[in-house]
Amino acid sequence: MTRMRITDGRPGSTPLPDLDMSTSLAGAELPSPVLTASGCAAAGRELDQFFDVTEIGAVVTKSIMLRPRAGRPTPRMAETPSGMLNSIGLQGPGIDAFLERDLAWLRRRGARAVVSIAGGTVDEYTKLAQRLRHVDGVTAVEVNISCPNVEDRGQVFACDRNAAATVVAAVRRATAPGVPVLAKLSPDVTDIVSIAESVVDAGADGLSMINTLLGMVVDTDTMRPALAGVTGGLSGPAIRPVAVRAVWQVHAALPEVPILGMGGIRTGLDALEFVLAGASAVSVGTVVFHDPAAPLRVAHELQRALGERGFGRFADAVGYAHRPLPPVAEPAAPDHQEAPVEEEA
Amino acid sequence: MAPVQVRGEVLSIRRVGDYHALTLVAPGIAEHARPGHFVALAVGGEDTSMLLRRAFSIYRVQERGVYGGTVEIVFAVHGRGTAWLARCRPHDPVDVVGPLGRPFALPREAVTATLVGGGYGAAPLFSLAEQLRRRDCRVDFVLGAATESRLFGALEAKRMSTQVAITTEDGSLGERGRVTDVLPAMMARSGAEVVYACGPMGMLRAVTEIATAYGAHSQCAVEESMACGVGVCMSCVLPVVGDDGRTRMVRSCVEGPVFNGERVRWDAIGTVPPDTVGAPDDAAGGGHRP
Repeated sequence: MTRMRITDGRPGSTPLPDLDMSTSLAGAELPSPVLTASGCAAAGRELDQFFDVTEIGAVVTKSIMLRPRAGRPTPRMAETPSGMLNSIGLQGPGIDAFLERDLAWLRRRGARAVVSIAGGTVDEYTKLAQRLRHVDGVTAVEVNISCPNVEDRGQVFACDRNAAATVVAAVRRATAPGVPVLAKLSPDVTDIVSIAESVVDAGADGLSMINTLLGMVVDTDTMRPALAGVTGGLSGPAIRPVAVRAVWQVHAALPEVPILGMGGIRTGLDALEFVLAGASAVSVGTVVFHDPAAPLRVAHELQRALGERGFGRFADAVGYAHRPLPPVAEPAAPDHQEAPVEEEA
Repeated sequence: MAPVQVRGEVLSIRRVGDYHALTLVAPGIAEHARPGHFVALAVGGEDTSMLLRRAFSIYRVQERGVYGGTVEIVFAVHGRGTAWLARCRPHDPVDVVGPLGRPFALPREAVTATLVGGGYGAAPLFSLAEQLRRRDCRVDFVLGAATESRLFGALEAKRMSTQVAITTEDGSLGERGRVTDVLPAMMARSGAEVVYACGPMGMLRAVTEIATAYGAHSQCAVEESMACGVGVCMSCVLPVVGDDGRTRMVRSCVEGPVFNGERVRWDAIGTVPPDTVGAPDDAAGGGHRP
């Protein structure tokens, strides 16, 4: 096997192994399986100062709403063990300014964009999807359904299989046929598989999972909730096992449905966990706040980790942890011969 | 100038009163740092459980030391992150992102300036004073703290300025009281045209009011808690009035930390004023989860 002279730029680093890192995410062809995560990368511009955003799979933009939104009062975030709690409240410029400024920048820059949309009613989601239908440079639409449904007593769409399906069906209908629609699932449900089945039946081409977990921190100095919004979304490595479990369960039930996996990915090995559990691509989110170059670093680390395990193509690793156990006991060490790839020369 | 992320190294750490002064070798940052810029440090080492960066305004830089460019910050131990930094020793690696933010605006001509610092918030004012003096500005200092051990840079201020006023709340040094007790007289004596300030929000609010009353400009560096420091997380917002007269929740990490004091809605910090662009139309419509 030939080795390409590509390194990840770290001093003394060895060349990256030559393997095909491209992936297909619900029909979107991406050169790399590592993306940013919605709400953790703005619209890519700030992070482009720290790594080349065209080198990763795509920039997943912060959820955009129809109108400008000021968000919640501060404090909006609190650090937690290996994680953080946030209650930003979807502050954003609204779809018009987003298209004119942010999406236009991503297009000029040559970066792929997965546009996340959020609304309070089915009609708002539909209008957002219609606006996106008429612009270039949308690689996929991610539907953030972890918003309260203002027409249903604030019940979160993602926590009700019918509400989730209604939104996803509306967005799918309003979106250009060639553009995949990903439904972003909340882990705060009793049975994530049933929600997944419901949104897939409604037309979701793929699933993004997981969104943050609802959490709370009490400040023991002020003896009040730490966040102005009282509760917030928990993210970061602390939630990774929850996310891997969710990806595993949904992939086991719906093996044909592409999954964009996320939740606390910090390293290439973390990303590999999601891939082995069934994710066709991964998003690097909260860890960007710690390391603004994390998405590209994780992509390189994942490539190395796959090479070390004998994979020749990223795609061969997707769901690999679901393979049946061999009939006889195998040694504890990983058996590289078993990988469905050619051996290294 | 775009910020860079570098693996820095501790050159030295020393106690200054109740504070710590940490000098980091951080090539590529010192060269482009201007007064008012800040750095965001990763804390806790390689496998840290503390994910959020800690932001510190830059006290001073040395562009070309024996070890390459260095950046010095001053901090108090507030929590686990700063406690970790205080335990750092020479040669320890620290990941540094900087220079970040919008620095102090410097006058085009020689003006009379009063620099106001609360506690270790005074740190960025000394490199600013140097720049102002290079522009033939008159520089006066007002430094205040709760007590003497929490004053920072009193001697340095004396060396760099025409007049210095010191206040402590317990009277352990200088006048008993707050910076705002002595600022009006100081400004009246010098005829200050611009006030530069860095410190707690309450102090900045009061300084802005005094400056405005005297018809002086105010440049305030805010201390708002940040998660990323680079403009992506939207944690560090505060209500600021734009050129069009409308209030927006703006990020103090990229649009600040230095603001024209008159533009900041100091009385509304910690809230989203109802006339903010994108504020909820009614209380019921405002409840979105992140």
